[in-house]
Amino acid sequence: MKPYFSVIKLRLLYGLQYRGAAFAGVATQFFWGFMYIMIFEAFYSHTHTEPPMTLNELVAYVWLQQAFLTLMALWFSDNEIFDLITKGNIAYELCRPCELYGLWYAKLLAQRLAAALLRSFPILIIAFLLPQPYRMMLPPSLTTFLFFLIALVLGLLILVSISMFIYISVFITMSPTGSLLMLGVVGEFFAGLILPIPLMPSWMQVLASCLPFRWTMDFPFRVYSGQIPEDQAWIGLVVQLVWLVVLVILGRFCLRKALGKVVVQGG
Amino acid sequence: MILFGKYMSILFKAQMQYRTSFFLLSLGQFFVPFSVFAGLYFLFARFGQVEGWSFYEVGLCFAVIHMAFAISECLARGFDSFSSLVASGEFDRLLVRPRNTILQVLGSKFEFTRIGRLAQSVAVMIWVLIHLPIEWDAIKVVTLILMVISGVFIFTGIFMLAATLCFWTIQAIEVANIFTDGGREMAQYPLSIYKKWVTRFFTFVIPFGCTNYLPLLFLLGKTTGPDFIYMLIPLVGVFFILPCLLIWQFGVKHYRSTGS
Repeated sequence: MKPYFSVIKLRLLYGLQYRGAAFAGVATQFFWGFMYIMIFEAFYSHTHTEPPMTLNELVAYVWLQQAFLTLMALWFSDNEIFDLITKGNIAYELCRPCELYGLWYAKLLAQRLAAALLRSFPILIIAFLLPQPYRMMLPPSLTTFLFFLIALVLGLLILVSISMFIYISVFITMSPTGSLLMLGVVGEFFAGLILPIPLMPSWMQVLASCLPFRWTMDFPFRVYSGQIPEDQAWIGLVVQLVWLVVLVILGRFCLRKALGKVVVQGG
Repeated sequence: MILFGKYMSILFKAQMQYRTSFFLLSLGQFFVPFSVFAGLYFLFARFGQVEGWSFYEVGLCFAVIHMAFAISECLARGFDSFSSLVASGEFDRLLVRPRNTILQVLGSKFEFTRIGRLAQSVAVMIWVLIHLPIEWDAIKVVTLILMVISGVFIFTGIFMLAATLCFWTIQAIEVANIFTDGGREMAQYPLSIYKKWVTRFFTFVIPFGCTNYLPLLFLLGKTTGPDFIYMLIPLVGVFFILPCLLIWQFGVKHYRSTGS
């Protein structure tokens, strides 16, 4: 395990260098957060039926999304790995005495963590201080918060294992654009980034629950606001674990297959 | 103008060399706004209306702004990816040529795959126009066309402003996305649903309101006033490009080559 941890540590330090970019990112995220809340507020203001999610829960959902966007967005990717594969430098990677899947996993995980560390805290702190209705609520109890933390970590692990498939697909397509675009669009939609899952029609919600994307963002954020009560959160955590195991095993298998066929052109 | 056409046809031929990739990317581009539109549709399916606007009315708003965005992203891609020209010092080459820099930067890149995006917004527009009870006459048709044109000019103007900033920052800055992507997302709803200061900012500073909200009121028959004025409001958006051109010229004068 030790080499993987050092990879994580190195990448974290490396990622923390980009403070200027992070600051710009925070400003952008705030804009989007405000915009979404205003749109939802407008929809909520004249509704006759009781929406499945209160505005307060929705506001927390939006801010959490914005704060942890770099943790959870599929388009946030590592161009180095793409280059490794397309330019043939993968040969060096294969010489290393570590398993490739674990190595890349650690690298991607650290990258996301570094970006999120820089961005999430400023966003969250300001979001707690905003006037109503934009203020972010506190979680209803300490146990919900703990549940949220566990769900968030599991969600992140699931997401990284999903994103591994993008890199694996590059072995076959040689260009990340297509798979990044497709997986990005589908993944974002079913993770509730465009429309929160509870606001979708019920058949769509069923579909979303069958896919892994929902378990990366939507589930932890709803646990936070207590929209998913604690007794149901247990079940969710188990589902997350199952997805994680399945995706990692599948990813390892695919990577091994892809590596078996890899052709390194000289140079 | 002829030169612009030549730039376009050469780059089009170049992109057509990778035909499969072109079609797949266009298809992908079709689905990006599609998911946003699906989100909008589901919101209306649940809530019915927003501040008195029906789904089809907002749909028209969406179609106009996305159409404008797709066209300007296709044509003004050169400004969007301008930072690479500055960072690599390539911009020096443009300066020594006896032609306008704006024309050359525009001609440096076209993103034809945005045709997928365009197709999506055209489809949405046709769909909503069938359902909207608008009595069409010449003025309204002209207004609709002007709306799209004015949107194209505004987006191009913002791309230019962002590119001008690269003269100082060398790198592209993410904040500019607030006004391109953010402006697009924001203006796909009628501006009246937002807070007052947002509406004002996007009407008087960056005139998205003139592109779609105000003329839309006229198209839907929600106004009282001379039609003629409403027809001409989108032209305000076209004038937005003028200060952008000035700022660009100012930026070019202050350009310092990176030397590499």
